[in-house]
Amino acid sequence: MNLELNKEQKLLRQAAKDFLKKECPRDLIREWRYAEGDYPEKIWKKMAKLGWMGVTIPEAYEGMEGDFIDLTILIEAMGEACLPAPFFSTVVVGGTALTICDNEKLKAKVLPQIAAGKKTVTFALIEPGNGYGYSNIQTIATKQGDGYVLEGTKLFVEYARSVDYILTVARSESDGLMLFLVDADSGGIEMTYQETLDYAKQCEVSLSGVQVPVGNLLAEGTAAEKLLSSLEEQAGVAKCAEMLGGMQAAFDMSVAYSKERVQFERPIGSFQSIQHHCANMAIEVGNCRNITNLATWKISQGLPATKEASMAKSYANVASNKVVKLGHQIHAAISFCDEHDMHLLLRKCHAAAVSFGDTTYHTEKVAVELGL
Amino acid sequence: MEICFTEKEQAFYDEVDEFLRTELPADWPSRSVIWPGDYAPSGYGTEENYEIAFQFIAKLVDKKWLTISWPEEYSGKQYTHMEQSIFDERMTYYRAPMVDSLGVGIVGPMLLRIGTPEQQAEWIPRIATAEIRCWLAYSEPNAGSDLAAIETTAIKDGDEYVINGQKVWSSGAHISQFGWLIARTDPSAGKHQGVSLFMLDNNLPGITIRPIENIIGESHFNEVFFDNVRIPARNLIGEENKGFYHLMSALDFERVALVGIGGFRRMYEELLEYARTTKLDGKILGKQPDVRHKLVDIGTRVEIAYQYVWQIAAMIDQGLNPTVESSVLKVVSTELARDMSEVGMDILGPYSQLTKPSDRTPLRALVSRGYLNAISATIGAGTSEIQRNIIAQRGLGMPRYKGKGGQKS
Repeated sequence: MNLELNKEQKLLRQAAKDFLKKECPRDLIREWRYAEGDYPEKIWKKMAKLGWMGVTIPEAYEGMEGDFIDLTILIEAMGEACLPAPFFSTVVVGGTALTICDNEKLKAKVLPQIAAGKKTVTFALIEPGNGYGYSNIQTIATKQGDGYVLEGTKLFVEYARSVDYILTVARSESDGLMLFLVDADSGGIEMTYQETLDYAKQCEVSLSGVQVPVGNLLAEGTAAEKLLSSLEEQAGVAKCAEMLGGMQAAFDMSVAYSKERVQFERPIGSFQSIQHHCANMAIEVGNCRNITNLATWKISQGLPATKEASMAKSYANVASNKVVKLGHQIHAAISFCDEHDMHLLLRKCHAAAVSFGDTTYHTEKVAVELGL
Repeated sequence: MEICFTEKEQAFYDEVDEFLRTELPADWPSRSVIWPGDYAPSGYGTEENYEIAFQFIAKLVDKKWLTISWPEEYSGKQYTHMEQSIFDERMTYYRAPMVDSLGVGIVGPMLLRIGTPEQQAEWIPRIATAEIRCWLAYSEPNAGSDLAAIETTAIKDGDEYVINGQKVWSSGAHISQFGWLIARTDPSAGKHQGVSLFMLDNNLPGITIRPIENIIGESHFNEVFFDNVRIPARNLIGEENKGFYHLMSALDFERVALVGIGGFRRMYEELLEYARTTKLDGKILGKQPDVRHKLVDIGTRVEIAYQYVWQIAAMIDQGLNPTVESSVLKVVSTELARDMSEVGMDILGPYSQLTKPSDRTPLRALVSRGYLNAISATIGAGTSEIQRNIIAQRGLGMPRYKGKGGQKS
């Protein structure tokens, strides 16, 4: 047994950290949050050159065919950097969904494009009145000729205005789940910007008579259910990695600051209350890493991981908030200023916590897995 | 990252598991009364159980499993720490009888590290076979978390040391043969200097051991008085006046990592099963949202604690010092022991009050016992607060508070 990353994984982590430190300082998010465009394409192209978009895409589709651990290493580094770009929705959501679906033609067409960084994807699931989940989908896909027509409204669709495809969850007339890769340029799509905490350019997307060719259907019925539950596990655990990046950054900043900041003629880090705040952060980060690693490893080995994945997500959701808030408390007034980075981490962690299942959702899922 | 056993580790896991299934009665886990994180070897109730425990421990001695990670020339098997952790996990999962771990867990390894060949020859074989049980003579009325404040003196007189003073919270002293004593050999030296370690024979004249009844109504710890107790000088362990240094540089975490992790899984499974099958007010307990959420939280933390156990074992085997991880595990596991008992009390409602097994008592009154017992878990062997200080100062390199009475050591 070995809970440490191996040599190659450590190298990847260092490379990702170094690249993002240079190319993605947190001011980048300040620069882009109110900008006209959605995200800086310059950094997207550089990441594509490194092959990051194809990290887990099979070699047959021109990806690097790395494992799930590699993917979470990149995502953790992006969580730390608060990367303002649709990497998660394109690679973790779009790339994974396409890789596990059976639509060979669609895979052959889109996966190499994703791997090359030429196409981007976003995910459209949540609907007005719904939370995260697949049981009450109101977006209807009606069969028409050789394809389908979509009617419905989706919320919290990240970077919708600038991506190429919208991976859309719908339901058929006979009530089965359906998953489509919708061309974002299709007629009948209207987007309204929803300003959100994480600055991720989320949109309300209304679909009105949107025509989708049958070739863009990833899965339907039980196959779609299976695909989406596998996607939920992987994306949920990847969100844990993203939160870990944010938590670790808040923790590291706080320890460093408490050694520098002097009050009452001594560094505040010599006060036991501050030491115990930092010790509690260390414990929470460690706990979160342990349960996330367990789920990550199981997924990477293709083992059943439903229970561990949901344990990790429900734990990380709570722990990330706890840790970053302690970071605010230790930094005090300066961390309440926009110029300070702590609130960027808080925003990122909160968005990750409500994405792919909030605490209640995953807690309940674990309870079911435990036979309760 | 490889979060699974190697083939060799898995084989050993299976071997221990098979042994425990064969050598203990199938219902042993429900005969043994122990709450996760408990420091005390508990009573076994009936004479029949004591006999089973006695014979079982003799078999452990035969297999050299008590001293599994010791060098082969000293009655050990030189197994890895991962294998030792596997052994500890399986043993505690079955709530198997075990001798108090202080002799084989702390005193033995310390003797192996800093004892003379003569001292090792005298005590090591007898510790390894559980013939000698040990107690730790550390805490005193005025030296709890602040161990360096000890006042008990050991003054050299010819080829003897004369001991005067008092120890307290001395777990198992009344059922042990030897104490692992720290006492002040040079009272004029600084707080952290001038103290030394000794092997103290419990039978020496001048020693008075008084059991203290704890809040569960059991007598596990003691107060011990020394009135001109004369220890032979050859019982001094390590260098004179370097006792504190020896203690601090000792790899104490080797024992800290063995938290009886299997006991956490066993108790959690019993609580889960109870919630799944028991009705309160006509409704299955496990269908109540609050119960579900609390049990998920505890279950997640059990998995997390397991990962620390494996992580620490792997680190020691790689020659790394898991000082911080050990303190984190101490906090995480003992606070889990406490919180698990509180969730249990919550689930049991009014029935949580019952303290004696009966038809009306859920889970053999284990939960109410644990509710009280776990109070000691976050206090003994370094309080949660001291552990957090260690994490911050030794782990994160945060500065010590330099002020009145808290001068830098």
